[in-house]
Amino acid sequence: MKKTLFDKIWEQHVVDERQDGSSLIYIDRHLVHEVTSPQAFEGLRISNRALRRPDLTLAVADHNVPTENRIDGIKDNIARIQVETLEKNVKEFKVPYIPLMDSRQGIVHIIGPEQGFTLPGCTMVCGDSHTSTHGAFGALAFGIGTSEVEHVFATQTLIQKKPKTMLINVSGSLSIGVTAKDIALAIIKNLGTSGGTGYVLEYSGDAISDLTIEGRMTLCNMSIEAGARAGLVAPDAKTYEYIKNKPMSPKGEAYDKALEAWKLLPSDEGAVFDKVINIDTSLLEPHLTWGTSPEDVLSINDVVPNPKDIDKENLRNAMQDSLDYMGLKPGQALTDIKIDKVFIGSCTNSRIEDLREAAAVAKGRKVADGVHAMVVPGSGLIKIQAEKEGVADILIEAGFDWREPGCSMCLGMNPDQLKPQERCASTSNRNFRGRQGRDGRTHLVSPGMAAAAAISGHFVDVRKFN
Amino acid sequence: MKSFNKLTGIIASIPQVNIDTDAIIPKQFLKTIERTGLGKHLFHEKRYDQNNNLIKDFILNKQPWSQAKIIVVGDNFGCGSSREHAPWALLDFGISCIISTSFADIFYNNCFKNGVLPIILNEKIVDEISMLAEQGVEISIDLEEQQLIVQNKLYKFEIDPYRKHCLLNGLDDIGITLENKKTIDSYEEKLSSKIWHKPESL
Repeated sequence: MKKTLFDKIWEQHVVDERQDGSSLIYIDRHLVHEVTSPQAFEGLRISNRALRRPDLTLAVADHNVPTENRIDGIKDNIARIQVETLEKNVKEFKVPYIPLMDSRQGIVHIIGPEQGFTLPGCTMVCGDSHTSTHGAFGALAFGIGTSEVEHVFATQTLIQKKPKTMLINVSGSLSIGVTAKDIALAIIKNLGTSGGTGYVLEYSGDAISDLTIEGRMTLCNMSIEAGARAGLVAPDAKTYEYIKNKPMSPKGEAYDKALEAWKLLPSDEGAVFDKVINIDTSLLEPHLTWGTSPEDVLSINDVVPNPKDIDKENLRNAMQDSLDYMGLKPGQALTDIKIDKVFIGSCTNSRIEDLREAAAVAKGRKVADGVHAMVVPGSGLIKIQAEKEGVADILIEAGFDWREPGCSMCLGMNPDQLKPQERCASTSNRNFRGRQGRDGRTHLVSPGMAAAAAISGHFVDVRKFN
Repeated sequence: MKSFNKLTGIIASIPQVNIDTDAIIPKQFLKTIERTGLGKHLFHEKRYDQNNNLIKDFILNKQPWSQAKIIVVGDNFGCGSSREHAPWALLDFGISCIISTSFADIFYNNCFKNGVLPIILNEKIVDEISMLAEQGVEISIDLEEQQLIVQNKLYKFEIDPYRKHCLLNGLDDIGITLENKKTIDSYEEKLSSKIWHKPESL
């Protein structure tokens, strides 16, 4: 029987098959942050249950943390209590924790790979939907709710129905200035925001092999925006190289043994998927979203769509609502849309490669008058690396606001938010209404496109900067 | 967990597609360390204007729908983040049943952990129920019989048997899994052959 990468990981983790067809699966890695864990820790206390495997757990505060003047602490009382609650909980339950002032602190999905906590073939969960990011390493990684966080705390397992598999074959080389973010947006446009519901996606093909590990993380990160809880890329030489010598990854003999096992993971030739789609990226242009759903995607040289072209009444009305919210007119060229803010950051695009991409565009140029452009590195280590490499200097000289790591304006739980009607070119993952601040207008783009928009004051084809 | 068996109450229609978890409960309310108290913030940006005044036109701000115990909503309800605050907020408001053509995976799963019943029906039936909801009628849900009755019309729905069992009895998944502790122990014993399994320390 030929097996997919997903089948192999799933089979290796089944603890018990239950009568109703669901399985109890073992969880190898559990990431924890301050927002979705307090009620789960409290649940353990109420039921007098132990946290079964703190050694397979790693915690960090990221959603709520300030990205400036961090030395002054968290000013928002409720946010501070939440972070302090995490600190108290990790102490009580002996969970490894990266403190706020530690240089390794950062977005939970950045630090997992960075610390070597994320490994191929492992099952990995976190109370955060963007846990799909770790699929870039060939880990079965997905987001869970707080009740399931508590379930993993208490049992190191989860009850799961086996999902279906979808192969997304991506072929063709990317032109310069077109990135993993554009592939992700193109796939979401193709599948729609619910097209992946019930599936685990496996991204494969030469365009995926060509991606860096960072690019694969960007791609897998946005699987959830197509409705899929998890996205996978088969591990290869790049993956093994990335993992080697990371603090928490296996060393010496353990690494060699792991490598033997990891090399057996890729889908067998001829393995059957429940669904297959093919995408050719050779003609792919830089993409951006125009509306309030991640499926509202267009190429930079397109124009704003017209609701009149939509047959179905409820969808036509939904499009009109989105355009009203976004303050856009049908037929308007996307390159004519002026912006107020730029956000380069989030678990989608805040890795060193993303910052380099932004710096390459910003080098020797200035952020347009009236635009506030913010760069929030994904972790303290990325921040330090960017500062050492000169990437930070380029961005700062161009007028970008260089911040401390965290989730920041991706969801605006901390003070980094849009004001009503402010328009933002954002490298994050969701353009939902109010996501970045009430009545704020979010357009999702790649880091290069965000930097190009910052310089121009409006959206522009980043390829003109290359 | 609170059990769910029968429910009769007002049903409100929010016929938009892709209502995301940010719309159900915006981020500023996720700073809580409690599960309760979120009902007043449910659908915050639809219910309140920027000055925190009620938006009178929104269905849950109008009588009798402000008393709704059930909502009927568009496709892909609950898409977006994994925040369990979304079902907590619904429940705290008094809504413990949601009817739609489809739900996002994580949200759907989270509902069952909190005694909230998400019902999937086809588009034609959802549209019919939505039309009836606009008349301010009550609807009766019977989970045991897997049926709902509105204005003398009866509709059957499908549900996973294990999830039904847990909802009917208000069962806590963790308790059930821990009955299986020995199976987990023996799985973990086998893990010792994977010498790379345990992470090195930070």
